[in-house]
Amino acid sequence: MRAPTSGPEVAAGDVLLSVENVSLSFGGVKAVTDVSFDIRKGEIRAIIGPNGAGKTSMLNVINGFYHPQKGRISFKGKTRSKMRPHEAAHGGIARTFQNVALFRGMTALDNIMAGRTLKMHRNFFWQLLRFGPALAEEVEHRHRVEEIIEFLEIQAIRRVQVGRLPYGLQKRVELGRALAMEPELLLLDEPMAGMNLEEKEDMSRFVLDVNNHYGTTIALIEHDMGVVMDLSDRVVVLDHGIKIADGTPDQVKSNQKVIDAYLGVAH
Amino acid sequence: MFYREAGQFKTSYSADESVFPILQDRIGIAVILGLAFVVIPLTATSFTLSSVLIPVLIFSLAAIGLNLLTGYTGLLSLGTGGFMGVGAYACYKLTSLFPNANIIVLILASGFFSAGIGAVFGLPSLRIKGFYLAVATLASQFFLSWCFVRVPWLVNYNVSNAIEVPTRTMFDIPITGPNATPMTRYLVVLSIVVGMTWLASNLLRGRIGRTWMAVRDMDIAAELIGIRLYRTKLLAFAVSSFYCGVAGAMMVFLWLGAAEADSFNINQSFLILFMVIIGGLGSLIGSFFGAAFIWGLPIVLKMLPEFFGVKIHAATVEHLQFMTLGALIIFFLVVEPHGLARLWQIGKQKLRVWPFPY
Ligand SMILES: Nc1ncnc2c1ncn2[C@@H]1O[C@H](COP(=O)(O)OP(=O)(O)OP(=O)(O)O)[C@@H](O)[C@H]1O
Ligand SMILES: [Mg+2]
Repeated sequence: MRAPTSGPEVAAGDVLLSVENVSLSFGGVKAVTDVSFDIRKGEIRAIIGPNGAGKTSMLNVINGFYHPQKGRISFKGKTRSKMRPHEAAHGGIARTFQNVALFRGMTALDNIMAGRTLKMHRNFFWQLLRFGPALAEEVEHRHRVEEIIEFLEIQAIRRVQVGRLPYGLQKRVELGRALAMEPELLLLDEPMAGMNLEEKEDMSRFVLDVNNHYGTTIALIEHDMGVVMDLSDRVVVLDHGIKIADGTPDQVKSNQKVIDAYLGVAH
Repeated sequence: MFYREAGQFKTSYSADESVFPILQDRIGIAVILGLAFVVIPLTATSFTLSSVLIPVLIFSLAAIGLNLLTGYTGLLSLGTGGFMGVGAYACYKLTSLFPNANIIVLILASGFFSAGIGAVFGLPSLRIKGFYLAVATLASQFFLSWCFVRVPWLVNYNVSNAIEVPTRTMFDIPITGPNATPMTRYLVVLSIVVGMTWLASNLLRGRIGRTWMAVRDMDIAAELIGIRLYRTKLLAFAVSSFYCGVAGAMMVFLWLGAAEADSFNINQSFLILFMVIIGGLGSLIGSFFGAAFIWGLPIVLKMLPEFFGVKIHAATVEHLQFMTLGALIIFFLVVEPHGLARLWQIGKQKLRVWPFPY
């Protein structure tokens, strides 16, 4: 997979995305309150916290699905307060969902091919004829998609409608669709939820491989502390929409506020 | 085990990307096309051509049009009749404006008018979905019906207030009008329908088809992979209406020979919708099955009692038709929402493993 060419390049280790004083509420419910953190290029950044802490809301803000009432997001040096999801996709942000948002009526192959939509440029009339350059484009992208299918070890199910697949495989296909976008920043919302140990190990391996081989920056929400400690370079902890800790896994693990939040101590 | 792909290995993705990757399917389609283009014209009676095959083909095209929108993009429309009407009236105006132009070109060109109108009436789909969108398209149906009745300019101020199809020839052979033979009209209809079906299948297997289905299955996720919803939906409305418009033009010019506003009312919209539901939402071949089934059912029901020598009142036959159709629609909605196309697939699967049960 190639790195996306659009926009200014960010060197590894520099800040790729920064969240500044973001607040988001739904009516009276404060989902996120005055949260700031950054994600550096090439790292795996975990976002953890108890249920309802505002983790998913944070991802939704990052990829433009929700617009925060306060605060700013800078991505690749460009600051914006409002952005549409498809603009985020253009900018190189891809994501998976907590409860799988695949195109259920389509095959695994078509789902992943759909992830290449932005990279395909042959116009309507070429598509109608599906001939010459249009077919060549389709085949070229099929090659890329087959690489992903091989990487995720889902060759056997490429022609299966994803609605019929077991949950664990659906999560894999969804990761495949996100990878097909060749994102610069990959947001994963609980990629291992509901999986057994073996599936979790597979998925952890995929996440690490994506990060190592393609240099993709990853923001990961995960409840399994073992997984978080193993995979992530830095961790940000949210509780009730407030950031309570930020640092390396070891720092966070020994932070008293984090321990209290997870043990449910009143504050 | 006569029908199977065993031993047919694809050595390249381009071979795997073809319409019919399985050899038996390719042979099957060649046989069907041979029958349709050669054997049927040589053997079929005028009645079969004019009253069975031509209408079934035209309705199939309209059903494909609606299927692109409802089955593939997930946008329910009750305006099909109106969009077909736009094609028919546009074609009539075009034949009057350009009396010397090739009639087939004009029939295809009239599709662009319904595509434009369809895209305009598709605008509400950017805001509303499901039931509310269906009601909005229903409003467009009523508006268009009203135009067909009330705007005499559309029918060149004919006293009959109907489209009267003029004679148009190509290579001195009459294609439209009273002198066109059923066989000529059948071959023209067949060519257009086969060609447009092929184009639709190209679209559906490529990027555009995937964006349509993505919007149908999960519009939020579609947006997050970079699909622009408004473009995708409006394109679906335009292409769908193009197909319906061409079907409408063919219906008047190559089948009925004349038509009033009533031909394009809400009943027509429902008829096409039933074809799509019974044939199979999201299936091209299902569109043909649905059209053949709904058009053929009354003919069969009419012939059966005669065949067995039973005398049944014509009115009873008509009631029977409505009841059977209603029951079948409910059956398919409940039991097999993917329609006849799904039964076809199951049949093929059975054939693949035959003689073993699975
Ligand atoms: N669309 C919405 N409308 C109203 N309230 C919402 C919405 N989305 C999230 N919330 C509220 O915002 C708060 C944070 O929710 P969020 O889904 O971000 O939590 P989370 O950390 O992802 O939790 P979990 O671990 O259970 O997935 C919750 O109180 C939730 O009820
Ligand atoms: Mg969540």
